[in-house]
Amino acid sequence: MFDRTLRGRAAIMGIGETPYYKRGKSPLPEFKLALQAILAAAEDAGIEVREIDGFASYADEQSVPSRLAAALGIPELRFSNIVWGGGGGGGAATVGNAAAAVAAGMADCVVVYRSIASGEFRRGAGMAGNQTISGDQALWFPYGLISPAQQFAMKIVRFMYEHGIEQEALRAIAMASYHHAQMNPRAVMYGKPLTAEMYDDSRWIVEPFHHLFDCCMENDGAAAVIVMPAGRARSMKQKPVFVLAAAQGSHHRSGARGHNAPIYASANFGKMAPRLYEMAGVQPSDVDTAQIYENFTGGVLMAMVEHGFFEAEEANEFLKLENLIAPNGKLPLNTSGGNLAECYMHGLELQIEAVRQLRGHSTAQVQGAKVALIVAGPMVTPTSDLILGTEETL
Amino acid sequence: MPYLNAGLPAPLVESDLLDAPYWNGTRQHQLMVQRCAKCKSFQWGPEWLCHACLSFEIDWVEVEGKGEIYSWQRVWHPVHAALKSQGPYIIVLIELHQAGSVRMIGNLLGDPKQTVKIGAPVKAVFEDHKNDDLRYTLVQWELAGA
Repeated sequence: MFDRTLRGRAAIMGIGETPYYKRGKSPLPEFKLALQAILAAAEDAGIEVREIDGFASYADEQSVPSRLAAALGIPELRFSNIVWGGGGGGGAATVGNAAAAVAAGMADCVVVYRSIASGEFRRGAGMAGNQTISGDQALWFPYGLISPAQQFAMKIVRFMYEHGIEQEALRAIAMASYHHAQMNPRAVMYGKPLTAEMYDDSRWIVEPFHHLFDCCMENDGAAAVIVMPAGRARSMKQKPVFVLAAAQGSHHRSGARGHNAPIYASANFGKMAPRLYEMAGVQPSDVDTAQIYENFTGGVLMAMVEHGFFEAEEANEFLKLENLIAPNGKLPLNTSGGNLAECYMHGLELQIEAVRQLRGHSTAQVQGAKVALIVAGPMVTPTSDLILGTEETL
Repeated sequence: MPYLNAGLPAPLVESDLLDAPYWNGTRQHQLMVQRCAKCKSFQWGPEWLCHACLSFEIDWVEVEGKGEIYSWQRVWHPVHAALKSQGPYIIVLIELHQAGSVRMIGNLLGDPKQTVKIGAPVKAVFEDHKNDDLRYTLVQWELAGA
């Protein structure tokens, strides 16, 4: 019988990144960034790029598999896949899909990638100029509820109100990312530390709770990871990092129109996180480091609660900077600087950082890290999460 | 005077007409939501069938324009060109207990710097717009008793 699990059946063998740039500052077009990241990941894995036979992405990726396969001279394209949703919710699901494809024998070497050069496809153009708006957007856009910061603030304000959570809890999340970015020369905010005073004095984007530093950056660059069947793991150049579990989705009617999700004040992991831990065969206390997508710090807060690291009522106590930083914090969080301070590569940089941690090569290394949790864009639907482990966790 | 500066896009009913009874209702200062003809569940936003019993027989019913603030925010950083000179403004998410606790987005009328309390009772205010040849009405909210 075939057990219905991904646990230990696929591994990340290679990681690749271009330099990361501020928004609109990439000297290269998006497609060329994608090619460079994929070539870098293949080199890191120690494979010929023409061994790649699958491409998987998310977030309305514009560098499409057929063109990539043609440009790279791929002999046979066997798998192409994209996860629905315009934000970063699909990041972990994409690795899950790649792992499922190689585990099931549909492909042998799938690259998960994301490329962003913001100016090129008018990402974040703000829909200026539209005279009319229809469908779901008509229920909120005319009231000035437009940006992701505004959309998600509604959930975060409600959650913080229900549980009495203070601004300082969010500040600790932001400061952890900036703290780790100071050790990471790749980080866009390397050399730009964030103090508590700077955070407190920063302007409101949305009051209450969304200071400037609670919101992710927008960046340019590309990133890629190579996923292969576990059977190849022992013959590869790099220490393999195994997929222990992957999950995607959301709970009951999370996508109900006009902010009508029944369980509203949520990052949408209430059903998913238990399913993820069950497949991985680990508990929250086994997680050595968590890389959690900061679209907004409040989403990280809710994702941490829903992944069982603390109860909502314990958030003010747990979310202190010393608990969140490597090497000795209770749960080192976003150890490369994350979306707030390394690069907003729609969370793929978080997956790459988790691989570095499990290889033992992070710039903010958690000693002996064996199990890493990666959480993709909280509060969106579908969203996704992933647990990676070293060989000794199998 | 509308609460927000002119220049935001006007709501337009899509060609499938799913939301048409709502927007036609607001123009007549009536707050219409969906209610299942079979199981009587309220539903908002509009959908083609009842999420509770899967019946396609859905009525549109008028509900009283009152509710409570379920969540809120004060926007300081505008992202639309029409709002660049707006200054801070308040968006609220209102829960309508008399209509199955469906929720609606709107602005909270009055001082944009006022203190906002979750749970505060509010009532609907119909805000008429004439935008070139498009006429539409938004549903805004003000504190009950204001």
